Amino acid sequence: MRGNDVVGLIFANMHDEQIHELTGIRTMASVPFGGRYRFIDFSLSSMVNSGITKVGVITKSNYQSLMDHLGSGKAWDLSRKRDGLIILPPFGQGNALYHDRVEALKGIFDFLYHCNENHVLMADCDIIANIDYSPIIRKHVEENNDVTIAYKYDKLPKKRKDNMVLSLDSTGKITNIDIDPPIEGSCNFGLNIYVVKKQYLIRIIENAITRSRMSFLRDCIQANLNSGKFMAYPIDTYVGVIQSLESYFKITMDLLNQEVREQLFPIGRPVYTKVRDDMPAVYGLNSHVTNSLIADGCIIDGEVENSVLFRGVKVGKGAKVSNSIIIQGSDIGDNCNLNYVITDKNVVIKEARTLMGYDTYPVFISKNSVV
Amino acid sequence: MFRKQECVAMLLAGGQGSRLGVLTKGLAKPAVPYGGKYRIIDFPLSNCVNSGIETVGVLTQYQPLVLNEYIGNGQPWDLDSMHGGVRVLPPYQRSKGGDWYKGTANAIYQNTAYIERYDPDYVVVLSGDHIYKMDYSKMLAYHKDNNADCTIAVLEVPMEEASRFGILNTNPDNSIYEFDEKPAVPKSNKASMGIYIFNWKKLKKYLEEDEADPNSSNDFGKNILPAMLNAGERMFAYPFEGYWKDVGTIDSLWEANMDLLDPNVELDLSDTSWRIYGRNQGMPPHYIASTANVQNSIITEGCNIYGTIDFSVIFSGVTVAQNAIVRDSIVMPGSVIEEGAIVQYAIISENVTVKSGAVIGKRPEDMDNIDDWGVAVVGDGVTVSSNAVVAPKEMIDKDI
Repeated sequence: MRGNDVVGLIFANMHDEQIHELTGIRTMASVPFGGRYRFIDFSLSSMVNSGITKVGVITKSNYQSLMDHLGSGKAWDLSRKRDGLIILPPFGQGNALYHDRVEALKGIFDFLYHCNENHVLMADCDIIANIDYSPIIRKHVEENNDVTIAYKYDKLPKKRKDNMVLSLDSTGKITNIDIDPPIEGSCNFGLNIYVVKKQYLIRIIENAITRSRMSFLRDCIQANLNSGKFMAYPIDTYVGVIQSLESYFKITMDLLNQEVREQLFPIGRPVYTKVRDDMPAVYGLNSHVTNSLIADGCIIDGEVENSVLFRGVKVGKGAKVSNSIIIQGSDIGDNCNLNYVITDKNVVIKEARTLMGYDTYPVFISKNSVV
Repeated sequence: MFRKQECVAMLLAGGQGSRLGVLTKGLAKPAVPYGGKYRIIDFPLSNCVNSGIETVGVLTQYQPLVLNEYIGNGQPWDLDSMHGGVRVLPPYQRSKGGDWYKGTANAIYQNTAYIERYDPDYVVVLSGDHIYKMDYSKMLAYHKDNNADCTIAVLEVPMEEASRFGILNTNPDNSIYEFDEKPAVPKSNKASMGIYIFNWKKLKKYLEEDEADPNSSNDFGKNILPAMLNAGERMFAYPFEGYWKDVGTIDSLWEANMDLLDPNVELDLSDTSWRIYGRNQGMPPHYIASTANVQNSIITEGCNIYGTIDFSVIFSGVTVAQNAIVRDSIVMPGSVIEEGAIVQYAIISENVTVKSGAVIGKRPEDMDNIDDWGVAVVGDGVTVSSNAVVAPKEMIDKDI
């Protein structure tokens, strides 16, 4: 058998509403991140680097930019004759648009039936992490688990919907699941990354649907905790959970920390993305850049500090960009002054404009705007 | 099944490039890194694709491993197509023996069968050692308009430099009446760029005749082109305007990289209508730390810069530590410049480690005798130990 008996499933639209500024025109999966990536690159590359050769991407709406980004899957080595990348748009009779994970999974039953793999690895696109799934998969198979849930021990992400907090015994068996408990401080929270036996997954989804129970977390996971073997697996490396524009800002700024970069982009486990073939970044005569992440294709003649610049961004002479995220193709004119700003793609800031936000409330400029 | 192609490109990539010394010890010249994220061969390959030529044979001979790996299935250049695409063509054994490629003409001759599969009307012959952007389709249109048998691209060079080049003497209609290889007293300043378009049927005939001549050195410049001229074939010079640089020597490779930092140089790699494609290393954007000071430079993905960089070209995955200084230099992929090291007027090859306090190269203004000055070169994988010194012009390929 090729691969490792696991088919990957990525939910492209889950959590769209958490960061509506950036998902108004795209899926959660295709939100630009980290200078040259989109959210989905992290889940997809983690799967590919863990030996998974077949990945289904479940879409719902606004997935043009996602299709453009993924193409045939070549950039992830998923353009294959056997297996590879399979886009799974909404499917079904009547109103085909699903609301929850349960309906989404029901819509792809045909796909699941036809997979020869015995296990399914599910992930969303709100998690920024480079995870080696192979030890999780190995443990899941060796221990004959029905469900293995990846979790992080950390402070509970605040604005996240359906936070799942796990209580574990000493063997890692899940003894209790609380949803959105009022916890301050650190706990074991689930990352919506599940390895599930395929037959078990189909059974719990069918059971939920026959009873019109539509919450995956409550009706498929929490409700079955005592009837199946549910184990947990800790993720020790960096995990960023995107649940608001504020956390998008904070997690992007985490990239300026070398330890975080080493965990997200380790040698030998690269994060793949669609390549743009820009020339390297050009630093002009009066450029001054400190503590920043700069992508290829940037042309910098001004000052940049504590910022992340995506591919093809221009910073004019005398301009000053501080504490900002400038997404692909934006043009910052001469003598501009930006502080705590997030610009979406292809924004033009004309000469000598001043834009100021605050660290807990960055100014957001939407795609193709001219200031 | 092979679809007919109007034009097939043959890229001569077998040369050793011995004048690049340690830089071509383990790889062929076309695979030498250039411009931060490219290798030299990206230029002719991208030019082909951007010009609509999608069948490219790459003739390899010297140290082909890195070059073969790099070209792979041609996907970065969109040359992984069903019809044509890129094909690496090494010399091979036949039923009655086999030969290395004896010369540039012989290399094409030995691959007659490859060219014939596509039944082309024209063949473009290119070399893998120049940096330039050129639309070959315009040259082909010129070739057709002149009803030519052979068209050679020429660049007007300053008259005082003309004696370094192969010079073409032409009539007012640009038809060629004489070749002058490195003339002492040049009559014209039209230098051959090593880019030829031939009518395939004509070229095939001359290649076969050349092969039958045991005294021939089987070279385009020395044999094929003079033979065609003597026979009165229609040969034209195609005037090219724009940036073109032969990167055959350490100095010219260094200069061609530095040209990217000069806003007055015509080579614009940011032009999205004529992208130069290359194989991507999949690294994150580069990081410039608070302690860094970067100016007048180009830097690419995967770098971590904590030191000072001025007038330099920094390739992917390079680390420059705090208090290290890199000036007027080229640092190729994966190299590490440790704390306090000073690199000036140097080419640091791939995966080199320059330990703390080492000094490589010197500025010309700091020399006692300017005749001793030149670019210092550190070869692949070399470790330069702490406080070691590599003198200007020196070339090292072993740890010191």
